[in-house]
Amino acid sequence: MRIVVCVKHVPDMASDPGFTADHRVDRDGVQGRLSELDEHAVEQALRVLDAAPDTHLTYLTVGPAAAAEALRRALAMGGHAAVHVSDDAIAGSDAPATALVLAAALRRLEPDLVLCAMASTDGGTSLVPAMLAEHLALPQLTFAAELTVEPGTATVRIRRDGSRATEELRATLPAVVSVTDRTGEARYPSFKGIMAAKKKPLETWNLADLGVPADQVGAGAARTVVDAITARPPRTAGTALPDEGEGGLRLADFLSGQKFV
Amino acid sequence: MAEVLVLIGHIEGQIRKPGLELLTLARELGTPVAVCAGPGLDAEVIRTLARYGAHRVHLVESGELEDHPVGWVQVLADLAATAPQAVLLESTPEGREIAARLAVRLGSGVLTDAVDVRPGPEGPVVTQWAFAAGYEVTARVVTGVPVIAVKPNAVAPVPLAEEIEPEISRSGLDLDEASLRTHVVSRAVRHSTGRPQLTEAEVVVSGGRGLGGADHFELVERLADALGGAVGASRAAVDAGWYPHTHQVGQTGVTVSPQLYVALGISGAIQHRAGMQTSKTIVAVNKDREAPIFDLADHGVVGDLFSVVPQLLDEIARRRR
Ligand SMILES: Cc1cc2nc3c(=O)[nH]c(=O)nc-3n(C[C@H](O)[C@H](O)[C@H](O)COP(=O)(O)OP(=O)(O)OC[C@H]3O[C@@H](n4cnc5c(N)ncnc54)[C@H](O)[C@@H]3O)c2cc1C
Repeated sequence: MRIVVCVKHVPDMASDPGFTADHRVDRDGVQGRLSELDEHAVEQALRVLDAAPDTHLTYLTVGPAAAAEALRRALAMGGHAAVHVSDDAIAGSDAPATALVLAAALRRLEPDLVLCAMASTDGGTSLVPAMLAEHLALPQLTFAAELTVEPGTATVRIRRDGSRATEELRATLPAVVSVTDRTGEARYPSFKGIMAAKKKPLETWNLADLGVPADQVGAGAARTVVDAITARPPRTAGTALPDEGEGGLRLADFLSGQKFV
Repeated sequence: MAEVLVLIGHIEGQIRKPGLELLTLARELGTPVAVCAGPGLDAEVIRTLARYGAHRVHLVESGELEDHPVGWVQVLADLAATAPQAVLLESTPEGREIAARLAVRLGSGVLTDAVDVRPGPEGPVVTQWAFAAGYEVTARVVTGVPVIAVKPNAVAPVPLAEEIEPEISRSGLDLDEASLRTHVVSRAVRHSTGRPQLTEAEVVVSGGRGLGGADHFELVERLADALGGAVGASRAAVDAGWYPHTHQVGQTGVTVSPQLYVALGISGAIQHRAGMQTSKTIVAVNKDREAPIFDLADHGVVGDLFSVVPQLLDEIARRRR
Protein backbone atom coordinates (compact mmCIF):
# COMPACT_ATOMS: atom_id res chain seq x y z
CA MET A 1 0.00 0.00 0.00
CA ARG A 2 1.14 3.53 -0.78
CA ILE A 3 0.39 6.32 1.66
CA VAL A 4 1.01 10.01 1.11
CA VAL A 5 0.75 12.35 4.09
CA CYS A 6 0.26 16.01 3.19
CA VAL A 7 2.06 18.25 5.66
CA LYS A 8 2.53 21.99 6.15
CA HIS A 9 5.31 24.15 7.50
CA VAL A 10 3.60 26.71 9.74
CA PRO A 11 4.59 29.51 12.08
CA ASP A 12 4.91 28.20 15.61
CA MET A 13 1.91 29.46 17.56
CA ALA A 14 4.20 29.93 20.55
CA SER A 15 6.10 32.67 18.69
CA ASP A 16 2.97 34.80 18.40
CA PRO A 17 2.64 35.11 14.60
CA GLY A 18 0.93 38.06 12.92
CA PHE A 19 0.25 39.49 9.45
CA THR A 20 2.16 41.60 6.94
CA ALA A 21 0.75 44.81 5.45
CA ASP A 22 -0.42 42.89 2.37
CA HIS A 23 -2.45 40.52 4.55
CA ARG A 24 -0.21 37.48 4.46
CA VAL A 25 1.01 35.50 7.42
CA ASP A 26 4.19 37.21 8.58
CA ARG A 27 6.90 34.57 8.59
CA ASP A 28 9.74 36.97 9.33
CA GLY A 29 11.40 36.35 12.65
CA VAL A 30 8.82 33.71 13.42
CA GLN A 31 9.93 30.18 14.16
CA GLY A 32 8.54 27.70 11.64
CA ARG A 33 7.69 24.07 12.31
CA LEU A 34 5.84 21.02 11.07
CA SER A 35 2.25 21.76 12.04
CA GLU A 36 1.50 20.00 15.32
CA LEU A 37 -1.75 18.69 13.90
CA ASP A 38 0.15 17.16 10.96
CA GLU A 39 2.19 15.15 13.43
CA HIS A 40 -0.98 13.21 14.20
CA ALA A 41 -1.45 12.38 10.52
CA VAL A 42 2.19 11.28 10.31
CA GLU A 43 1.68 9.13 13.40
CA GLN A 44 -1.36 7.41 11.90
CA ALA A 45 0.58 6.64 8.73
CA LEU A 46 3.46 5.26 10.78
CA ARG A 47 1.09 2.99 12.67
CA VAL A 48 -0.11 1.53 9.37
CA LEU A 49 3.53 1.12 8.33
CA ASP A 50 4.39 -0.56 11.65
CA ALA A 51 1.59 -3.07 11.14
CA ALA A 52 2.18 -3.60 7.42
CA PRO A 53 5.90 -3.13 6.65
CA ASP A 54 5.37 -3.35 2.89
CA THR A 55 3.63 0.04 3.09
CA HIS A 56 5.41 2.86 1.29
CA LEU A 57 5.12 6.23 2.98
CA THR A 58 5.79 9.55 1.26
CA TYR A 59 5.34 13.07 2.62
CA LEU A 60 4.18 15.90 0.42
CA THR A 61 4.25 19.62 0.99
CA VAL A 62 3.71 22.78 -1.02
CA GLY A 63 5.58 25.83 0.17
CA PRO A 64 8.68 28.02 0.04
CA ALA A 65 12.21 26.71 0.60
CA ALA A 66 11.88 26.58 4.38
CA ALA A 67 8.97 24.15 4.06
CA ALA A 68 11.49 21.36 3.44
CA GLU A 69 12.15 21.49 7.20
CA ALA A 70 8.66 20.13 7.81
CA LEU A 71 9.41 17.22 5.46
CA ARG A 72 12.70 16.46 7.25
CA ARG A 73 10.93 16.49 10.57
CA ALA A 74 8.28 14.07 9.32
CA LEU A 75 10.97 11.83 7.80
CA ALA A 76 12.73 11.83 11.17
CA MET A 77 9.58 10.36 12.69
CA GLY A 78 9.66 7.59 10.04
CA GLY A 79 8.60 6.83 6.47
CA HIS A 80 10.51 6.66 3.21
CA ALA A 81 10.53 9.68 0.96
CA ALA A 82 9.32 13.23 0.52
CA VAL A 83 8.24 15.57 -2.23
CA HIS A 84 8.47 19.34 -1.94
CA VAL A 85 6.51 21.33 -4.49
CA SER A 86 8.06 24.74 -4.65
CA ASP A 87 7.64 27.52 -7.17
CA ASP A 88 7.73 31.29 -6.81
CA ALA A 89 4.38 31.49 -8.58
CA ILE A 90 2.71 29.62 -5.69
CA ALA A 91 3.25 32.42 -3.15
CA GLY A 92 -0.03 33.83 -1.84
CA SER A 93 -2.10 30.81 -2.92
CA ASP A 94 -5.43 30.27 -1.17
CA ALA A 95 -6.85 26.87 -0.20
CA PRO A 96 -8.27 26.04 -3.68
CA ALA A 97 -4.93 26.82 -5.40
CA THR A 98 -2.96 24.87 -2.79
CA ALA A 99 -5.31 21.93 -3.23
CA LEU A 100 -4.91 22.17 -7.01
CA VAL A 101 -1.13 21.86 -6.71
CA LEU A 102 -1.27 19.09 -4.11
CA ALA A 103 -3.77 17.17 -6.23
CA ALA A 104 -1.49 17.41 -9.28
CA ALA A 105 1.38 15.99 -7.23
CA LEU A 106 -0.86 13.25 -5.80
CA ARG A 107 -1.83 12.19 -9.32
CA ARG A 108 1.83 11.48 -9.93
CA LEU A 109 2.35 9.72 -6.61
CA GLU A 110 -0.75 7.53 -7.00
CA PRO A 111 -1.37 6.76 -3.33
CA ASP A 112 -3.98 4.33 -2.01
CA LEU A 113 -4.44 6.54 1.01
CA VAL A 114 -3.97 10.29 1.36
CA LEU A 115 -3.68 11.41 4.97
CA CYS A 116 -4.03 15.00 6.13
CA ALA A 117 -4.50 16.76 9.43
CA MET A 118 -7.96 18.11 10.26
CA ALA A 119 -6.60 21.63 9.69
CA SER A 120 -3.37 23.57 9.58
CA THR A 121 -2.54 25.38 12.79
CA ASP A 122 -2.14 28.72 10.97
CA GLY A 123 -4.88 29.08 8.32
CA GLY A 124 -7.00 26.52 10.05
CA THR A 125 -9.69 26.33 7.38
CA SER A 126 -9.90 22.48 7.23
CA LEU A 127 -10.67 22.87 3.53
CA VAL A 128 -7.77 21.15 1.80
CA PRO A 129 -8.56 17.45 2.51
CA ALA A 130 -12.06 17.54 1.01
CA MET A 131 -10.79 19.69 -1.86
CA LEU A 132 -8.18 17.05 -2.67
CA ALA A 133 -10.86 14.38 -2.62
CA GLU A 134 -12.93 16.39 -5.08
CA HIS A 135 -10.01 17.02 -7.45
CA LEU A 136 -9.11 13.34 -7.41
CA ALA A 137 -12.75 12.13 -7.48
CA LEU A 138 -12.07 10.12 -4.31
CA PRO A 139 -14.18 9.44 -1.24
CA GLN A 140 -13.36 11.53 1.83
CA LEU A 141 -13.43 10.76 5.53
CA THR A 142 -12.75 13.91 7.49
CA PHE A 143 -12.10 14.88 11.13
CA ALA A 144 -11.29 11.33 12.25
CA ALA A 145 -10.93 10.90 15.99
CA GLU A 146 -10.05 7.27 15.35
CA LEU A 147 -8.78 5.63 12.17
CA THR A 148 -8.62 2.00 11.10
CA VAL A 149 -7.01 1.03 7.81
CA GLU A 150 -7.72 -2.46 6.50
CA PRO A 151 -5.36 -3.03 3.57
CA GLY A 152 -6.74 -6.55 3.04
CA THR A 153 -10.23 -5.35 2.15
CA ALA A 154 -9.04 -1.96 0.84
CA THR A 155 -11.24 -0.12 3.29
CA VAL A 156 -10.72 2.63 5.78
CA ARG A 157 -12.97 3.41 8.73
CA ILE A 158 -13.13 6.39 11.00
CA ARG A 159 -15.04 7.58 14.03
CA ARG A 160 -15.73 11.27 14.22
CA ASP A 161 -17.37 13.60 16.68
CA GLY A 162 -19.72 15.60 14.53
CA SER A 163 -21.78 18.54 15.75
CA ARG A 164 -24.88 16.45 16.46
CA ALA A 165 -23.71 12.87 16.58
CA THR A 166 -20.74 10.60 16.84
CA GLU A 167 -20.49 8.82 13.52
CA GLU A 168 -18.65 5.85 12.14
CA LEU A 169 -17.84 6.17 8.47
CA ARG A 170 -16.30 3.82 5.97
CA ALA A 171 -14.79 4.30 2.53
CA THR A 172 -13.12 2.13 -0.03
CA LEU A 173 -9.52 2.88 -0.96
CA PRO A 174 -8.17 4.95 -2.57
CA ALA A 175 -9.48 7.65 -0.25
CA VAL A 176 -8.58 10.91 1.46
CA VAL A 177 -8.70 10.96 5.26
CA SER A 178 -8.14 13.84 7.68
CA VAL A 179 -7.38 13.15 11.33
CA THR A 180 -7.72 15.14 14.55
CA ASP A 181 -5.47 15.30 17.59
CA ARG A 182 -7.80 12.71 19.15
CA THR A 183 -6.23 9.92 17.10
CA GLY A 184 -3.39 9.50 19.56
CA GLU A 185 -0.13 11.03 20.59
CA ALA A 186 2.49 11.44 17.91
CA ARG A 187 5.87 9.81 18.42
CA TYR A 188 8.93 11.93 19.00
CA PRO A 189 11.75 11.51 16.45
CA SER A 190 14.68 9.52 17.85
CA PHE A 191 18.26 10.64 17.30
CA LYS A 192 18.64 7.70 14.94
CA GLY A 193 15.52 8.82 13.10
CA ILE A 194 16.86 12.35 12.71
CA MET A 195 20.14 11.04 11.29
CA ALA A 196 18.37 8.60 8.97
CA ALA A 197 16.05 11.35 7.68
CA LYS A 198 19.03 13.23 6.23
CA LYS A 199 19.63 10.37 3.81
CA LYS A 200 16.04 9.77 2.75
CA PRO A 201 15.14 10.94 -0.76
CA LEU A 202 13.57 14.40 -0.93
CA GLU A 203 12.56 15.53 -4.39
CA THR A 204 11.65 19.06 -5.36
CA TRP A 205 9.08 19.60 -8.08
CA ASN A 206 7.91 22.83 -9.65
CA LEU A 207 4.68 23.77 -11.40
CA ALA A 208 6.04 22.89 -14.84
CA ASP A 209 6.88 19.38 -13.58
CA LEU A 210 3.26 19.01 -12.58
CA GLY A 211 1.76 20.67 -15.62
CA VAL A 212 -0.06 23.23 -13.50
CA PRO A 213 -0.31 26.61 -15.27
CA ALA A 214 1.21 29.37 -13.15
CA ASP A 215 -1.82 31.62 -13.66
CA GLN A 216 -4.02 29.15 -11.76
CA VAL A 217 -2.12 29.62 -8.51
CA GLY A 218 -0.68 32.39 -6.36
CA ALA A 219 -2.18 35.60 -5.09
CA GLY A 220 -3.46 36.52 -8.57
CA ALA A 221 -5.64 33.41 -8.78
CA ALA A 222 -7.03 33.72 -5.25
CA ARG A 223 -10.79 33.32 -5.14
CA THR A 224 -11.05 35.26 -1.90
CA VAL A 225 -9.60 38.61 -0.88
CA VAL A 226 -8.92 39.98 2.55
CA ASP A 227 -10.11 43.57 2.85
CA ALA A 228 -8.79 44.25 6.34
CA ILE A 229 -7.03 42.66 9.26
CA THR A 230 -7.08 44.32 12.64
CA ALA A 231 -5.41 43.13 15.80
CA ARG A 232 -8.09 42.74 18.43
CA PRO A 233 -7.35 44.79 21.50
CA PRO A 234 -5.62 42.47 23.96
CA ARG A 235 -7.66 41.68 27.04
CA THR A 236 -6.54 43.56 30.06
CA ALA A 237 -5.87 41.45 33.10
CA GLY A 238 -8.15 42.28 36.00
CA THR A 239 -7.43 41.45 39.58
CA ALA A 240 -5.94 38.13 40.68
CA LEU A 241 -6.28 37.83 44.42
CA PRO A 242 -4.58 35.18 46.51
CA ASP A 243 -7.06 33.02 48.38
CA GLU A 244 -6.56 33.69 52.05
CA GLY A 245 -9.54 31.65 53.11
CA GLU A 246 -12.16 33.88 51.51
CA GLY A 247 -11.41 33.44 47.80
CA GLY A 248 -14.79 31.81 47.18
CA LEU A 249 -16.62 34.63 48.93
CA ARG A 250 -14.77 37.31 46.96
CA LEU A 251 -15.59 35.44 43.78
CA ALA A 252 -19.24 35.35 44.81
CA ASP A 253 -19.06 39.14 45.34
CA PHE A 254 -17.61 39.60 41.88
CA LEU A 255 -20.23 37.39 40.25
CA SER A 256 -23.02 39.16 42.13
CA GLY A 257 -21.63 42.52 41.06
CA GLN A 258 -21.77 41.33 37.45
CA LYS A 259 -25.33 40.03 38.00
CA PHE A 260 -24.41 36.41 37.38
CA VAL A 261 -25.57 35.49 40.88
CA MET B 1 -33.10 39.86 -5.01
CA ALA B 2 -30.95 36.84 -5.72
CA GLU B 3 -31.49 33.70 -3.72
CA VAL B 4 -29.24 32.55 -0.90
CA LEU B 5 -29.02 28.80 -0.45
CA VAL B 6 -28.97 27.71 3.18
CA LEU B 7 -28.19 24.11 4.07
CA ILE B 8 -30.39 23.19 7.02
CA GLY B 9 -29.28 20.35 9.23
CA HIS B 10 -31.88 18.67 11.38
CA ILE B 11 -32.54 15.44 13.18
CA GLU B 12 -35.99 13.99 12.52
CA GLY B 13 -37.38 17.43 11.84
CA GLN B 14 -35.77 19.09 14.83
CA ILE B 15 -34.11 22.21 13.51
CA ARG B 16 -31.28 23.36 15.72
CA LYS B 17 -30.46 26.94 16.47
CA PRO B 18 -27.52 27.23 14.02
CA GLY B 19 -29.88 26.60 11.09
CA LEU B 20 -32.08 29.49 12.20
CA GLU B 21 -28.98 31.65 12.63
CA LEU B 22 -28.01 30.94 9.01
CA LEU B 23 -31.49 31.95 7.82
CA THR B 24 -31.30 35.13 9.88
CA LEU B 25 -28.00 36.06 8.20
CA ALA B 26 -29.20 34.96 4.75
CA ARG B 27 -32.17 37.37 4.92
CA GLU B 28 -29.76 40.30 4.89
CA LEU B 29 -27.99 38.97 1.81
CA GLY B 30 -30.89 38.02 -0.42
CA THR B 31 -33.89 35.70 -0.58
CA PRO B 32 -33.27 32.67 1.63
CA VAL B 33 -33.90 29.19 0.29
CA ALA B 34 -33.77 26.49 2.97
CA VAL B 35 -32.39 23.26 1.55
CA CYS B 36 -33.06 20.11 3.53
CA ALA B 37 -33.64 16.40 3.28
CA GLY B 38 -34.63 13.48 5.41
CA PRO B 39 -37.56 12.29 7.48
CA GLY B 40 -39.65 14.50 9.73
CA LEU B 41 -39.92 17.57 7.51
CA ASP B 42 -43.62 18.19 8.11
CA ALA B 43 -45.70 21.35 7.74
CA GLU B 44 -44.63 22.55 11.18
CA VAL B 45 -40.94 22.40 10.26
CA ILE B 46 -41.58 24.26 7.03
CA ARG B 47 -43.48 26.94 8.97
CA THR B 48 -40.50 27.31 11.31
CA LEU B 49 -38.12 27.75 8.39
CA ALA B 50 -40.45 30.34 6.85
CA ARG B 51 -40.74 32.17 10.17
CA TYR B 52 -36.97 32.69 10.09
CA GLY B 53 -37.01 33.92 6.52
CA ALA B 54 -37.11 30.99 4.11
CA HIS B 55 -39.05 32.18 1.05
CA ARG B 56 -38.59 28.78 -0.48
CA VAL B 57 -38.02 25.41 1.10
CA HIS B 58 -36.29 22.92 -1.14
CA LEU B 59 -36.83 19.31 -0.15
CA VAL B 60 -34.44 16.72 -1.49
CA GLU B 61 -36.43 13.54 -1.76
CA SER B 62 -33.73 11.02 -1.16
CA GLY B 63 -32.98 8.81 1.79
CA GLU B 64 -29.40 8.45 0.62
CA LEU B 65 -27.97 11.62 2.12
CA GLU B 66 -28.20 10.16 5.62
CA ASP B 67 -25.77 7.43 4.61
CA HIS B 68 -23.77 9.37 2.04
CA PRO B 69 -23.40 12.92 3.37
CA VAL B 70 -20.91 13.87 0.64
CA GLY B 71 -23.94 13.74 -1.67
CA TRP B 72 -24.87 17.20 -0.36
CA VAL B 73 -22.16 18.56 -2.63
CA GLN B 74 -24.10 17.36 -5.64
CA VAL B 75 -27.40 18.71 -4.29
CA LEU B 76 -25.97 22.17 -3.66
CA ALA B 77 -23.98 22.23 -6.91
CA ASP B 78 -27.17 21.49 -8.86
CA LEU B 79 -29.09 24.20 -7.04
CA ALA B 80 -26.24 26.69 -7.41
CA ALA B 81 -26.61 26.53 -11.19
CA THR B 82 -29.12 29.39 -10.83
CA ALA B 83 -26.27 31.67 -9.63
CA PRO B 84 -27.45 32.41 -6.10
CA GLN B 85 -25.97 35.25 -4.05
CA ALA B 86 -24.23 32.74 -1.74
CA VAL B 87 -24.39 29.28 -0.23
CA LEU B 88 -24.39 29.26 3.59
CA LEU B 89 -23.56 26.22 5.70
CA GLU B 90 -22.58 25.58 9.30
CA SER B 91 -18.88 25.71 10.07
CA THR B 92 -18.95 22.31 11.73
CA PRO B 93 -17.02 19.20 10.65
CA GLU B 94 -20.01 18.15 8.53
CA GLY B 95 -20.52 21.61 7.04
CA ARG B 96 -16.90 22.36 6.27
CA GLU B 97 -16.25 19.17 4.36
CA ILE B 98 -19.23 19.93 2.12
CA ALA B 99 -18.19 23.58 1.70
CA ALA B 100 -14.69 22.60 0.59
CA ARG B 101 -15.76 20.04 -1.95
CA LEU B 102 -18.56 22.25 -3.24
CA ALA B 103 -16.20 25.17 -3.80
CA VAL B 104 -13.94 23.05 -6.01
CA ARG B 105 -16.89 21.69 -7.97
CA LEU B 106 -18.29 25.18 -8.53
CA GLY B 107 -14.94 26.82 -9.14
CA SER B 108 -15.82 29.14 -6.27
CA GLY B 109 -14.03 30.81 -3.43
CA VAL B 110 -14.91 29.65 0.06
CA LEU B 111 -14.62 31.14 3.54
CA THR B 112 -14.98 29.17 6.76
CA ASP B 113 -15.37 30.01 10.44
CA ALA B 114 -17.35 33.16 9.68
CA VAL B 115 -18.40 34.95 12.85
CA ASP B 116 -20.44 37.43 10.83
CA VAL B 117 -21.70 37.83 7.26
CA ARG B 118 -23.02 41.15 5.95
CA PRO B 119 -24.12 42.33 2.53
CA GLY B 120 -21.59 44.48 0.66
CA PRO B 121 -21.54 46.26 -2.69
CA GLU B 122 -19.44 43.42 -4.14
CA GLY B 123 -21.13 40.53 -2.40
CA PRO B 124 -21.17 39.17 1.14
CA VAL B 125 -18.50 40.47 3.53
CA VAL B 126 -17.33 37.85 6.00
CA THR B 127 -15.72 38.42 9.39
CA GLN B 128 -13.37 35.77 10.76
CA TRP B 129 -10.93 35.53 13.63
CA ALA B 130 -7.33 34.48 13.12
CA PHE B 131 -4.48 33.31 15.35
CA ALA B 132 -6.38 32.35 18.46
CA ALA B 133 -8.85 35.19 17.94
CA GLY B 134 -6.02 37.70 18.24
CA TYR B 135 -6.98 39.24 14.89
CA GLU B 136 -10.21 40.13 13.16
CA VAL B 137 -10.21 39.54 9.41
CA THR B 138 -12.76 40.76 6.88
CA ALA B 139 -12.76 38.91 3.59
CA ARG B 140 -14.82 38.37 0.47
CA VAL B 141 -15.20 35.72 -2.17
CA VAL B 142 -14.27 37.20 -5.55
CA THR B 143 -14.72 34.16 -7.81
CA GLY B 144 -17.86 32.13 -8.35
CA VAL B 145 -20.83 31.67 -6.05
CA PRO B 146 -19.54 32.49 -2.55
CA VAL B 147 -19.53 29.42 -0.30
CA ILE B 148 -19.54 30.51 3.33
CA ALA B 149 -19.39 28.33 6.44
CA VAL B 150 -20.64 30.17 9.51
CA LYS B 151 -19.78 29.37 13.10
CA PRO B 152 -22.64 28.52 15.43
CA ASN B 153 -23.73 31.50 17.52
CA ALA B 154 -22.55 34.10 14.98
CA VAL B 155 -25.88 35.89 15.29
CA ALA B 156 -29.00 35.62 17.42
CA PRO B 157 -31.79 33.98 15.41
CA VAL B 158 -34.59 36.50 14.87
CA PRO B 159 -38.01 35.48 13.50
CA LEU B 160 -39.73 37.67 10.92
CA ALA B 161 -42.34 40.13 12.07
CA GLU B 162 -44.97 38.75 9.70
CA GLU B 163 -45.65 35.20 8.50
CA ILE B 164 -44.72 34.29 4.96
CA GLU B 165 -46.07 31.40 2.95
CA PRO B 166 -43.01 29.63 1.57
CA GLU B 167 -42.81 28.14 -1.86
CA ILE B 168 -41.97 24.43 -1.80
CA SER B 169 -39.71 22.86 -4.40
CA ARG B 170 -38.52 19.29 -4.62
CA SER B 171 -35.84 17.30 -6.37
CA GLY B 172 -34.67 13.73 -6.47
CA LEU B 173 -31.06 12.63 -6.30
CA ASP B 174 -28.83 10.30 -8.26
CA LEU B 175 -25.58 10.09 -6.37
CA ASP B 176 -22.20 10.06 -8.10
CA GLU B 177 -19.55 7.37 -7.53
CA ALA B 178 -17.33 9.29 -5.12
CA SER B 179 -20.19 10.20 -2.75
CA LEU B 180 -21.46 6.63 -2.75
CA ARG B 181 -18.04 5.44 -1.68
CA THR B 182 -18.24 7.35 1.61
CA HIS B 183 -20.68 5.53 3.91
CA VAL B 184 -21.99 6.35 7.35
CA VAL B 185 -21.91 2.98 9.09
CA SER B 186 -23.49 4.12 12.34
CA ARG B 187 -24.55 7.30 13.99
CA ALA B 188 -25.09 7.88 17.69
CA VAL B 189 -27.02 11.09 18.13
CA ARG B 190 -25.92 12.88 21.26
CA HIS B 191 -28.52 13.23 23.94
CA SER B 192 -29.14 16.50 25.65
CA THR B 193 -27.39 16.73 29.01
CA GLY B 194 -30.17 18.92 30.36
CA ARG B 195 -27.65 21.77 30.45
CA PRO B 196 -27.42 24.48 27.79
CA GLN B 197 -25.50 23.66 24.59
CA LEU B 198 -21.86 24.60 24.99
CA THR B 199 -21.74 26.91 21.96
CA GLU B 200 -25.02 28.57 22.87
CA ALA B 201 -24.64 28.98 26.62
CA GLU B 202 -24.53 32.37 28.32
CA VAL B 203 -22.25 30.88 30.98
CA VAL B 204 -19.56 28.23 30.53
CA VAL B 205 -17.71 26.62 33.42
CA SER B 206 -14.66 24.64 32.31
CA GLY B 207 -12.37 22.27 34.12
CA GLY B 208 -8.76 21.42 33.35
CA ARG B 209 -5.97 19.18 34.52
CA GLY B 210 -6.17 20.87 37.91
CA LEU B 211 -9.36 18.89 38.57
CA GLY B 212 -7.16 15.84 39.01
CA GLY B 213 -9.74 13.22 38.10
CA ALA B 214 -13.04 12.42 36.41
CA ASP B 215 -14.92 12.30 39.72
CA HIS B 216 -14.00 15.88 40.49
CA PHE B 217 -15.79 17.15 37.38
CA GLU B 218 -18.88 16.96 39.53
CA LEU B 219 -17.62 20.16 41.11
CA VAL B 220 -17.50 21.80 37.66
CA GLU B 221 -21.01 20.54 36.92
CA ARG B 222 -22.34 21.86 40.22
CA LEU B 223 -20.95 25.32 39.55
CA ALA B 224 -22.28 25.21 35.98
CA ASP B 225 -25.73 24.31 37.33
CA ALA B 226 -25.59 27.02 39.98
CA LEU B 227 -24.87 29.57 37.23
CA GLY B 228 -27.21 28.04 34.65
CA GLY B 229 -24.28 27.26 32.39
CA ALA B 230 -22.71 24.60 30.23
CA VAL B 231 -19.68 22.48 31.12
CA GLY B 232 -16.45 22.78 29.16
CA ALA B 233 -13.06 21.13 29.51
CA SER B 234 -9.46 21.63 28.46
CA ARG B 235 -7.80 19.15 26.13
CA ALA B 236 -5.67 17.87 29.00
CA ALA B 237 -8.84 16.95 30.91
CA VAL B 238 -10.42 15.40 27.82
CA ASP B 239 -7.27 13.46 26.92
CA ALA B 240 -7.19 12.09 30.45
CA GLY B 241 -10.68 10.73 29.84
CA TRP B 242 -12.28 12.86 32.54
CA TYR B 243 -14.89 14.49 30.31
CA PRO B 244 -16.18 13.83 26.76
CA HIS B 245 -14.37 15.41 23.84
CA THR B 246 -17.53 17.14 22.68
CA HIS B 247 -17.02 19.48 25.65
CA GLN B 248 -13.48 20.46 24.71
CA VAL B 249 -12.97 24.20 24.35
CA GLY B 250 -10.18 25.42 22.09
CA GLN B 251 -8.44 25.12 18.77
CA THR B 252 -9.39 21.48 18.23
CA GLY B 253 -12.59 21.67 20.23
CA VAL B 254 -15.34 24.25 20.11
CA THR B 255 -15.18 28.02 20.28
CA VAL B 256 -17.33 29.64 22.88
CA SER B 257 -18.10 33.29 23.41
CA PRO B 258 -20.36 33.41 26.47
CA GLN B 259 -21.15 36.30 28.79
CA LEU B 260 -19.18 34.51 31.51
CA TYR B 261 -16.39 31.95 31.20
CA VAL B 262 -15.09 30.29 34.37
CA ALA B 263 -11.76 28.41 34.08
CA LEU B 264 -11.04 26.01 36.92
CA GLY B 265 -7.57 24.46 37.06
CA ILE B 266 -6.78 25.51 33.49
CA SER B 267 -3.42 27.09 32.70
CA GLY B 268 -4.61 29.05 29.63
CA ALA B 269 -2.46 27.62 26.82
CA ILE B 270 -2.75 29.48 23.49
CA GLN B 271 -4.77 26.60 22.01
CA HIS B 272 -7.26 26.80 24.87
CA ARG B 273 -7.47 30.60 24.63
CA ALA B 274 -8.29 30.24 20.93
CA GLY B 275 -11.62 28.80 22.00
CA MET B 276 -12.64 31.20 24.77
CA GLN B 277 -10.86 34.51 24.70
CA THR B 278 -13.72 36.40 23.10
CA SER B 279 -15.86 35.65 26.17
CA LYS B 280 -17.32 38.80 27.71
CA THR B 281 -16.18 38.19 31.28
CA ILE B 282 -13.51 35.67 32.28
CA VAL B 283 -12.97 34.27 35.75
CA ALA B 284 -10.15 31.91 36.71
CA VAL B 285 -9.25 29.82 39.72
CA ASN B 286 -5.70 28.50 39.63
CA LYS B 287 -3.02 27.66 42.20
CA ASP B 288 -0.27 29.18 40.09
CA ARG B 289 -0.07 32.99 40.04
CA GLU B 290 2.04 32.75 36.86
CA ALA B 291 -0.58 30.80 34.85
CA PRO B 292 -1.29 32.70 31.58
CA ILE B 293 -5.05 32.40 32.18
CA PHE B 294 -4.67 35.28 34.67
CA ASP B 295 -3.61 37.57 31.79
CA LEU B 296 -7.16 37.26 30.48
CA ALA B 297 -9.14 37.00 33.66
CA ASP B 298 -11.28 39.91 34.82
CA HIS B 299 -11.31 38.28 38.22
CA GLY B 300 -8.82 35.65 39.30
CA VAL B 301 -8.44 33.69 42.47
CA VAL B 302 -4.95 32.36 43.12
CA GLY B 303 -5.72 29.32 45.19
CA ASP B 304 -6.81 25.73 45.44
CA LEU B 305 -9.99 25.18 43.48
CA PHE B 306 -11.01 22.45 45.93
CA SER B 307 -11.44 25.04 48.65
CA VAL B 308 -12.45 28.06 46.53
CA VAL B 309 -15.21 26.38 44.50
CA PRO B 310 -17.04 24.67 47.41
CA GLN B 311 -16.97 27.95 49.30
CA LEU B 312 -18.34 29.74 46.24
CA LEU B 313 -21.12 27.15 45.85
CA ASP B 314 -22.10 27.50 49.51
CA GLU B 315 -22.10 31.27 49.23
CA ILE B 316 -24.25 31.24 46.08
CA ALA B 317 -26.71 28.91 47.83
CA ARG B 318 -26.71 31.11 50.93
CA ARG B 319 -27.39 34.29 48.94
CA ARG B 320 -30.26 32.64 47.14
CA ARG B 321 -31.97 31.44 50.26
C1 LIG C 1 -2.40 21.35 17.95
C2 LIG C 1 -2.88 21.50 19.36
C3 LIG C 1 -4.21 21.71 19.60
C4 LIG C 1 -4.67 21.86 20.90
N1 LIG C 1 -6.00 22.11 21.10
C5 LIG C 1 -6.44 22.34 22.36
C6 LIG C 1 -7.82 22.64 22.62
O1 LIG C 1 -8.66 22.64 21.71
N2 LIG C 1 -8.19 22.90 23.89
C7 LIG C 1 -7.30 22.88 24.94
O2 LIG C 1 -7.72 23.13 26.07
N3 LIG C 1 -6.02 22.57 24.73
C8 LIG C 1 -5.57 22.29 23.47
N4 LIG C 1 -4.25 21.96 23.29
C9 LIG C 1 -3.42 21.67 24.46
C10 LIG C 1 -2.88 22.88 25.17
O3 LIG C 1 -1.64 23.21 24.56
C11 LIG C 1 -2.63 22.58 26.66
O4 LIG C 1 -1.81 21.45 26.78
C12 LIG C 1 -3.92 22.31 27.44
O5 LIG C 1 -4.87 23.32 27.19
C13 LIG C 1 -3.60 22.25 28.91
O6 LIG C 1 -4.76 21.95 29.65
P1 LIG C 1 -4.88 22.41 31.16
O7 LIG C 1 -4.82 23.88 31.23
O8 LIG C 1 -6.07 21.75 31.72
O9 LIG C 1 -3.62 21.70 31.82
P2 LIG C 1 -2.28 22.34 32.37
O10 LIG C 1 -1.62 23.21 31.39
O11 LIG C 1 -1.51 21.22 32.96
O12 LIG C 1 -2.79 23.28 33.53
C14 LIG C 1 -3.38 22.83 34.70
C15 LIG C 1 -3.50 24.02 35.60
O13 LIG C 1 -4.20 23.65 36.77
C16 LIG C 1 -3.63 24.32 37.88
N5 LIG C 1 -3.96 23.53 39.07
C17 LIG C 1 -3.55 22.30 39.40
N6 LIG C 1 -4.13 21.90 40.55
C18 LIG C 1 -4.93 22.91 40.95
C19 LIG C 1 -5.79 23.10 42.06
N7 LIG C 1 -5.98 22.15 42.98
N8 LIG C 1 -6.44 24.26 42.18
C20 LIG C 1 -6.29 25.23 41.24
N9 LIG C 1 -5.49 25.10 40.16
C21 LIG C 1 -4.82 23.95 40.01
C22 LIG C 1 -2.16 24.39 37.58
O14 LIG C 1 -1.56 25.47 38.27
C23 LIG C 1 -2.15 24.58 36.07
O15 LIG C 1 -2.10 25.95 35.71
C24 LIG C 1 -3.77 21.79 21.99
C25 LIG C 1 -2.43 21.58 21.73
C26 LIG C 1 -1.97 21.44 20.44
C27 LIG C 1 -0.52 21.21 20.21
